[in-house]
Amino acid sequence: MPAATPLDALLPGGGWPPAAISELLSSGAGNGELALLWPVLSRLTRQGRPIVLVSPPGAPYPAAWRRAGVVLEQCHWLDVQGREALWATEQCLRAGCCGAVVAWLAQADGRLMRRLQVAAASGDTLAFVHRPLAKVAEASPAPLRLRLHRHAELEVLKCRGGLAPSRRIAFGGGA
Amino acid sequence: MRWVCLLFPRLALEGALRRRPDPEAPFALIDGPVQRQCIRAANRAARERGVRPGQALGFAEALCNAPLFKAPDAAPLSKAPNSAPDRGSRSGSSQRLETAPFDAESVERWRRRLATWAYGFSAQVSLHYPHALVFEVASSLDLLGPWPRLEARLRGELGELGFSHRLVIAPNPAAARVLVNVHDGLAVDENGLESALATLRLDRAGLASIDSDRDILQTLNRSGFQRLGELFALPRSALARRFGGGLMRHLGELRGEWPLALDYHRPTPRFSRTFEFDQPVHAIAGLAFPLKRLLQELSVFLVGQDAGVERFRLQFGLEGGSVQHVGIGLLAVQRDPDTLLELARAHLERVRLEGPVLSLTLFAPRLSDYAPTRRELLEGPARQAQAWAALHQRLVARLGESALRPLVEHREHRPEMAVLNGAGPRARDASAGPSRPGWLVPAPQRCDGDVVQLLAGPERIESGWWDGGDIRRDYYLAQWVDGRHAWVWCEPGRQGWYLHGWFG
Repeated sequence: MPAATPLDALLPGGGWPPAAISELLSSGAGNGELALLWPVLSRLTRQGRPIVLVSPPGAPYPAAWRRAGVVLEQCHWLDVQGREALWATEQCLRAGCCGAVVAWLAQADGRLMRRLQVAAASGDTLAFVHRPLAKVAEASPAPLRLRLHRHAELEVLKCRGGLAPSRRIAFGGGA
Repeated sequence: MRWVCLLFPRLALEGALRRRPDPEAPFALIDGPVQRQCIRAANRAARERGVRPGQALGFAEALCNAPLFKAPDAAPLSKAPNSAPDRGSRSGSSQRLETAPFDAESVERWRRRLATWAYGFSAQVSLHYPHALVFEVASSLDLLGPWPRLEARLRGELGELGFSHRLVIAPNPAAARVLVNVHDGLAVDENGLESALATLRLDRAGLASIDSDRDILQTLNRSGFQRLGELFALPRSALARRFGGGLMRHLGELRGEWPLALDYHRPTPRFSRTFEFDQPVHAIAGLAFPLKRLLQELSVFLVGQDAGVERFRLQFGLEGGSVQHVGIGLLAVQRDPDTLLELARAHLERVRLEGPVLSLTLFAPRLSDYAPTRRELLEGPARQAQAWAALHQRLVARLGESALRPLVEHREHRPEMAVLNGAGPRARDASAGPSRPGWLVPAPQRCDGDVVQLLAGPERIESGWWDGGDIRRDYYLAQWVDGRHAWVWCEPGRQGWYLHGWFG
């Protein structure tokens, strides 16, 4: 699944690993995570595939999402916390009908990540899980792990099937 | 014409067992005046302990409630007639015999429910014969496949419902009814009918009901007749002269020469059923078993009606007489019991019981047309849309209607109103306006020390004076201390920065 960013050239599959979790570690919202995801989300929604945001860090601002090319009718967000968020993420991944599931799961540990990874594989669904920087040192089953540095810069921590480039990569411009 | 006859030899007992949490525990139906109650029917666990129909209640209770000894010389109990020979080998635990009064009314209710179930296979279902159902399946065979497959399905569903049964398929209902007396699983067509009937013994051939004034069976036996075939061999005129028109007619019905007028069962188009508890139930978890049962019965009923439900109601009869209602609305018409159970359970997780529950009623006042979607027939987008609808329903059932939100763009300047409250008309023009952050924080937060640099702005947002929610703010794109991009505002001419969103 092409990411439509400079990342594509660096990742082994030429983009986001399909049917798997891509883990994004950051200090919080505002690190350019949407600039990174909007290209793939807009492509999926334009293909008519629903996407689900699970416990996002704020309310998605429709005007901004529309301007990024996302088809709002295909976009849903789940305002839930804690265990319900984990349950909902797993359900969405397993159902196999979502184009992508983007979840913010500070509470997920390695065991739960493994569970979600299995769900993403069995539902053949693209998954993005955001976790806080505190989890950088923790082992994770996600085949791709990215750390977002200040706005629009990232570092590949792990990518299965390839060598993680050591330099920081600038992606997507602007806000 | 192909008629199925289903005979339910243990309808009363099995109907009562369905209402019990543990059908394997010793249980018996009792009958008779209060002073002389006897066992009418007993389940397997009770029969294994030696309980037999006709025994006095006290005696049967003694059989079950006395501790069972491992030692073979547990002699005091051996005076029980027909006592189970394996009693000595079982463990010494004793289980109380639970009983319920035999209720002819409830047997009839069960028979009507089963008729409603059979209605799923045939539009001609009759309760004409006691303890049995007859229904015509010729047209169903075209739809549901050959008889062995339909038979397996009938048996499977009855097994699931917990009713032991015997069944026969024959060219007419009268023949099916008498053949099921001695056969189970027999399938005869027009050609095989005469020979199948011929071997039937007269006392199993339904002759007793022909004429209540004359004992035809006895008369025939005295004349040396044993089997139906011997009567078929007689010239009809002689038969009618010697034994009367009633017998002639009965034989004609059996051979399909004389049409049998049956009243057909018409099910009622709403569903209401109650489960009474022996002990008050205090937790939702305790309702799981009866709920499953009731939903199973609902599903059977719906299949019979060729319908589904879009919403149904659970009523908890509480201690003290009050009633708690829980309405369960579905996003699509359903009838699959597992789906219904999953959705109802998810719904109940958010319900608090208002008191100990004495009874549970499932009430589906309105049925909806059900159009089954065959999963395997759907391709691509349709299949995906169906899967999405199912997922949507699952999420809403557990998390509540309000948790799954759409993204709707409103033509409204105030960010709070545009994003959170959904005020104003929907924006129609997709023209680019000033840039907006991807995330809006639910409520603006004071953030004086965290902004290090203003990157763009200001954009004056001034609006809402007409509804009392007026604001006057200058918004900026700002860099946060850790390098993130934030959306902040301050009021013109006043101190203090507020964080209102993030540019993700």
